[in-house]
Amino acid sequence: MIISPQLIEEHGLNPREYATIIGILGREPTLTELGIFSVMWSEHCSYKNSKPLLRTFPTEGPHILQGPGENAGIADFNERFAIVFKMESHNHPSALEPYQGAATGVGGILRDIFTMGARPIALLDSLRFGDPGNARTRHIISGVVEGIADYGNAVGVPTVGGECYFSSAYEGNPLVNVMCVGIIEKDKITRAVASGAGNLVVYYGNSTGRDGIHGATFASTELSEESEQKRSAVQVGDPFTEKKIIEATLELIATNAVVALQDMGAAGLTCSTAEMAGRGGMGIRVNLDLVPQRAENLTAYEIMLSESQERMLAICEPRKLDLMKSILAKWDLDAHVLGELDDTGLMRVEHQGKIVAEIPADKISENSPVYQRDKRWPDYMDALPDARTELLEMVMSARCEWLDFLASPNICSKRWIYEQYDHMVQTQTTTPPGDNAAVLRIHDSPHSLAMTADGNGLYCYLDPYEGGKLAVAEAARNVACAGARPLAITNCLNFGNPLKPEIFHQLSEAVRGIGEACRTFGTPVTGGNVSLYNENPDGAIWPTPVIGMIGRVSAPAKPLKAGFARPGLDIIHVGPPADHLGGSEYLHWKTGKAHGPCPSCNLSRERALIDFLVEACEAGLLASAHDCGVGGLAVTLTECVLNGADEIGADISIARRQIPASCSMDRADYFGKES
Amino acid sequence: MSTAVVVFPGSNCEKDTLRAVEAVSGRPATLVWHKDRLPSGTRLAVLPGGFSYGDYLRAGAIAQFSPVMKSVIELAKAGGLVLGICNGFQILLEARLLPGAMIRNRNLHFICRWINLRIERPGTPFTNFNPRILRIPIAHAMGNYFIDGDGLKQLEARGQVIFRYCSQSGDVGDAHNPNGSAGSIAGICNEAGNVLGMMPHPERAIDEALGSVDGRCIWESVLKCGG
Repeated sequence: MIISPQLIEEHGLNPREYATIIGILGREPTLTELGIFSVMWSEHCSYKNSKPLLRTFPTEGPHILQGPGENAGIADFNERFAIVFKMESHNHPSALEPYQGAATGVGGILRDIFTMGARPIALLDSLRFGDPGNARTRHIISGVVEGIADYGNAVGVPTVGGECYFSSAYEGNPLVNVMCVGIIEKDKITRAVASGAGNLVVYYGNSTGRDGIHGATFASTELSEESEQKRSAVQVGDPFTEKKIIEATLELIATNAVVALQDMGAAGLTCSTAEMAGRGGMGIRVNLDLVPQRAENLTAYEIMLSESQERMLAICEPRKLDLMKSILAKWDLDAHVLGELDDTGLMRVEHQGKIVAEIPADKISENSPVYQRDKRWPDYMDALPDARTELLEMVMSARCEWLDFLASPNICSKRWIYEQYDHMVQTQTTTPPGDNAAVLRIHDSPHSLAMTADGNGLYCYLDPYEGGKLAVAEAARNVACAGARPLAITNCLNFGNPLKPEIFHQLSEAVRGIGEACRTFGTPVTGGNVSLYNENPDGAIWPTPVIGMIGRVSAPAKPLKAGFARPGLDIIHVGPPADHLGGSEYLHWKTGKAHGPCPSCNLSRERALIDFLVEACEAGLLASAHDCGVGGLAVTLTECVLNGADEIGADISIARRQIPASCSMDRADYFGKES
Repeated sequence: MSTAVVVFPGSNCEKDTLRAVEAVSGRPATLVWHKDRLPSGTRLAVLPGGFSYGDYLRAGAIAQFSPVMKSVIELAKAGGLVLGICNGFQILLEARLLPGAMIRNRNLHFICRWINLRIERPGTPFTNFNPRILRIPIAHAMGNYFIDGDGLKQLEARGQVIFRYCSQSGDVGDAHNPNGSAGSIAGICNEAGNVLGMMPHPERAIDEALGSVDGRCIWESVLKCGG
């Protein structure tokens, strides 16, 4: 097989990267090897365009047991338990095949969690869609919601929270970010580090087919007309097998039957063998003839790159193989020994009597390309309409408009979504979806766990740096309004094509903002995922970092809810009033456009607010709390009433203050967002 | 040991159910793998909620052939108590221990939310308590109970309708029927009155922190009679 320049380009590799490959191998690669490098060096697996930025995140803290680099991050919870959590995107698959794209997104993130030995206890989804008035968008919405529901419900993990936002900025390129949270006894943490020459490489789960070949590479390019033809890159989910794999895997870990585990997710068998061996400094030998196959005549290339779902790779001591087999057999799963570890440091792949790949395992990740991309201040940011000088002559009947605003897609209750998700199974959900943060009591623990997923693409579009800070601040406010002390975050960075300097500016500024906010709140970044190339033929999406945060409500404090608890209580507004409508959902709804300026985020003030909320909750001073989120104070108060005790009402008086000269009416008080 | 909670591959409420049984009775209960038999001395078998065999083919259609079902049917014939919750109810229908069938919810979506349940026949082993309306959640995609007209008449005449969906004040009607079930039926028993299937999840309503303690009534009743 001759590797032509065209073939190299089709694999998303540039001539310099190809030269590096020849340097690593000391020869031309085989086609299988070219495929392996192609997926491993895609943005999805190698973070080649974002790594220099991601390195600036704070990732350590006394309560962080595992930072980035593993299947998921781990934060300390109490004497006995730790929390394993991570968020991942499935944007491109969901754009093409909404149901399977979203379903397999759930399946993939679940595997990242239980592979570490943790039982998944909650799912959250952060969703972005185009205008729901568009029929194609409605098809995507219903497919995504049903895909999440069918998968999450069947595996018995409650979907307890998330967010959903509509804007034409996401037309044709929806965002589907799924977060999974798991719990583990601290001495049971399992890592994906292969060790022990002679130990066996064991495959279990579904068989391998042609689905999902080059999914990781596909996720690292822009969506275009031709994307439709790449439909075969989307995988098909099987939640029943996943459920069996969850139970079997947790049993394997509980009985110490395996040394290391990794799921075959993005880049399939390639990624799991290369990464496990690479992390452990081991060599790994596999024979592809032993891989169970559900399609005929699969080539070595296809087997190595297939992203068929619900497949696991374990490292097992030979003496424990029988134990492993018996546990898998209980769940009607087969163990397939593909090969073994050795001391060569080589990843060696055999197929039909031939060596089809032989690569130094550690070099694949060590020598992966890293790029410092150019950035440039985006022109559009100088031309944003300013809410302080425009638009405020609009006169309307406030009451009428208020009801319409409440009924708008971004403000109305998302019950129609979350009631399709089983949010109660496992009987830990004490604060269900539709509140500040979801709160789970934890069986056999006095403390509760709060969790949330938040982002605001509009803010980041207006000002990526302030928007990055605000995303973390909003997550922290949601967690703290539940009475929980924020612990750590995971994130999904959803951006456009990083090769465009304006987009790279957005990415680097948002990362700077997120990092600063995390330092201020003491919530390190434990991992996450980067989804770039989120563009449709009209351009890039709004830059949308989504923050998944966990926090702890320490007993004997009781978690707070958003709804007004009982009559006769005082309502107190904490924090400075909003002084303009920039970045408000109200103006976005009113005009369909993004109006600046972005609210600014004073991190030390935010930190003080978080501390106040947590301490006031612990001191028993608060009956409820709610943050002023999308829609501003008016919507916040409405939600407090609607979520409150039966037939409760609220009497609100806002002292008239000096109104900035640029605001000809005091609408900012009601619809502007507090910062 | 007298209460057994059966685990099929794909069950996902077995631990919640076990926890509820143990919390209410204060005694340990047993999880029984579907390839095994019920332990001798079992007086109450609970088939829990979930997606046995992924609900592939049809909810409950494959689980009815699991080895454990032989001893569940024996227990039912011998007068022991059998309680099927959600997917357990669907399995009991497929196994013909209860009449009728389940079809997809009227809105074709999975529904997870709190509903009110009216007790249609007090005094059974499952309803030996005073409250007449219970607040308990549902979580299913196939809970739309179907039976033909004659079958429904017969069910009503023989007092086999145990629970109906209702309003907060106990009104039964289309507006309070979450899934389109015939006669707003949420739970039925067999003629002998010792096998009950219900779609709502009483194991999710045993604690104020979860939003209701009304499920306890059902557990207390059934554990007193069979546990």
